[in-house]
Amino acid sequence: MLLEVKDLHASIGGKEILKGLSLTIKAGEVHAIMGPNGSGKSTLAQVLAGREGYEITAGSVSYNGVDLLDLEPEKRAQAGLFLGFQYPVEIPGVNNVYLLKAALNARQKAAGQPEIDAVSFMRLVKEKAALMEMDQSFLSRSVNEGFSGGEKKRNEIFQMAVLEPTLAILDETDSGLDIDALKVVANGVNLQRRDDRSVLLITHYQRLLDYIEPDYVHVLANGKIIHSGDKSLALQLEAEGYDALMAKAAG
Amino acid sequence: MSTNETDIEELVAKKYKHGFITDIESETFEPGLDEDVIRRLSKLKGEPQFMLDWRLKSFAIWQKMRQPNWAKLNIEPIDYQSISYYSAPKSPDDAPKSLDEVDPKLLETYEKLGIPLHERAKLAGVAVDAVFDSVSVATTFKGKLNDAGVIFCSFSDAVKEHPELIEKYLGTVVPPRDNYFAALNSAVFSDGSFVYIPKGVRCPMELSTYFRINAANTGQFERTLIIAAEGSHVSYLEGCTAPQRDENQLHAAVVELITEQDAVIKYSTVQNWYPGDEEGKGGIYNFVTKRGDCRGARSKISWTQVEAGSAVTWKYPSCVLRGEGSVGEFYSVAVTNNYQQADTGTKMIHIGANTRSTIIAKGISAGKAQNAYRGLVKIFPTAKNARNYTQCDSLLMGDQCGAHTFPYMEVKEPSAIVEHEATTSKIAEDQLFYCRQRGLSEEDAVNMIVNGFCKDVFRELPMEFAVEAQALMNVSLEGAVG
Ligand SMILES: Nc1ncnc2c1ncn2[C@@H]1O[C@H](COP(=O)(O)OP(=O)(O)O)[C@@H](O)[C@H]1O
Ligand SMILES: [Mg+2]
Repeated sequence: MLLEVKDLHASIGGKEILKGLSLTIKAGEVHAIMGPNGSGKSTLAQVLAGREGYEITAGSVSYNGVDLLDLEPEKRAQAGLFLGFQYPVEIPGVNNVYLLKAALNARQKAAGQPEIDAVSFMRLVKEKAALMEMDQSFLSRSVNEGFSGGEKKRNEIFQMAVLEPTLAILDETDSGLDIDALKVVANGVNLQRRDDRSVLLITHYQRLLDYIEPDYVHVLANGKIIHSGDKSLALQLEAEGYDALMAKAAG
Repeated sequence: MSTNETDIEELVAKKYKHGFITDIESETFEPGLDEDVIRRLSKLKGEPQFMLDWRLKSFAIWQKMRQPNWAKLNIEPIDYQSISYYSAPKSPDDAPKSLDEVDPKLLETYEKLGIPLHERAKLAGVAVDAVFDSVSVATTFKGKLNDAGVIFCSFSDAVKEHPELIEKYLGTVVPPRDNYFAALNSAVFSDGSFVYIPKGVRCPMELSTYFRINAANTGQFERTLIIAAEGSHVSYLEGCTAPQRDENQLHAAVVELITEQDAVIKYSTVQNWYPGDEEGKGGIYNFVTKRGDCRGARSKISWTQVEAGSAVTWKYPSCVLRGEGSVGEFYSVAVTNNYQQADTGTKMIHIGANTRSTIIAKGISAGKAQNAYRGLVKIFPTAKNARNYTQCDSLLMGDQCGAHTFPYMEVKEPSAIVEHEATTSKIAEDQLFYCRQRGLSEEDAVNMIVNGFCKDVFRELPMEFAVEAQALMNVSLEGAVG
């Protein structure tokens, strides 16, 4: 079992957002979480990645057998957890590749491995940039500064490709992308699917799932997973809408 | 002054009956300042009459002035009579004999700053004989400079060896009456550097490296004069990223730069004097007057500074843009942590037509520190088509520190274009989280964000110092977040 979330309750500013969420992901699986706006999708992603400010009032999260909630965000990252942000932040003056190299070396160090040398690093980075059909000029620009919405998302998947996570949580990586960019991003993710890499796709629209086929689909509403199924659930959702499903769950 | 001259001489003779000339190595003046002290100082340094006269005139001016009162600085009163105005270089006998005898903490800091190995011993004050490497390096440099016709020596040597140049240029950019500390410095300056780049010469090296190795003990009243003759070019670096301690609390330096037609001076400073402890005790008061005079057409003076040390910093490296089409630049990073106070900025005085200036100032405050940018852009009616661009950015870490921006503009010429941009930001929680999510520790994340913030300034530094300056930021802000 890679990730096991049990009855997770989390609140922010005294307001409970996650209200007993459970989710299990095995190695190599791709899970999609769908849900209406404000249902708590990003909250789940942030809590798993360790953002400060959330109060965990009940429940547990185990990752590779360790208590994930006990770890600092950087320790989670070093243990192979990657979050593709819904809104990637701009960091003026910090070179994209420079951040990536520091990130990669932090992981190397945590794993007791030597730092990657500059030549191998550049080779790796160029190869992954090509995979994401990213222009080389992106590499030397400041992190996300002046990037369009689509470029920011592409950059997230590019970072994922370089960092080779064990669990990638991709928060609305599809939003704000036109169809061509969506194909590139989806292709980037598909090329990274492996037996020992799991993906948690968070999305509002079914569209992304046409390109990245999930093994499981979950519907998140009001801080809980109200329904789980295979990829056909996404199509059902698309046809019937969240409201019908939520009514069913309530009734 | 009413004191009779013969009385003074008698007094001097009595006090120093063993003769201070032969005893220079161990000489230190009693605290106190009067004409007598200045005469003794000048004599001890073997100065020509004009130099003594100039000091005395400056002293008279200083006595009529009052220490300025600053709105944004909080400073204990300074007792000028409790300062010793001459102290000889420390005897090598007291110095550590090798790096093994140096405080490991200090060595650790050098390591963190990436100071080259051969310079560490010198910086740590290891007796010169023991520093084999740096001495030989310095000798090589000296030969190269000589071949190019560049004069680069201590200010004291210049007074003796090139009195005509000193007499011609000294005080022509910063006259003694300019301000209280400039007047004091003019009266009692201890030593400093002198640079003369002859016509058409491009100085064959950064004067930084050489300077760093040789500039031990320049003292608290430092005086620097750099003259770049027509078409010449020089890059000069003052200071050092390594933390420097000094028993003298008051530092009042004066730097004068002069560029003739088409000449360029690039002056970079890294200031890391002792800032005081975490409660704000101790620390250097650093009151500096730096000014460049672009006398010739199309000449350029560029100031780059990284201000990390001192309890109180008060300095405004400025450019007087006299020559037509001359260019002034000011790139500054000022970091304050704990109880440090910095009031720094620049003055760009546009006199000539088509003059241009650029100001990029970055202030970083952490702890309980206060950081102020104070800048003046003045455009004279003669400065047709003058242009200025000013950008001031402040970064706050925590909520107990402060950033203040005081941009003054006096534009007397309608064809001038003056632009000003200012931002204040907190080191954003979402930026930190983003970096940590990628695996960086909180400290590394802060360092990366801060260095990104300073990038526009750091890239103006000579290469080897840019790297050290980055490390310096990290060390200065250690423990600022978390
Ligand atoms: N910092 C915050 N303080 C208070 N409420 C918040 C905060 N962040 C998110 N919320 C609320 O939590 C709920 C879930 O938000 P979010 O997880 O972003 O939803 P989703 O990603 O599914 O659209 C929303 O009602 C949102 O308004
Ligand atoms: Mg969201």
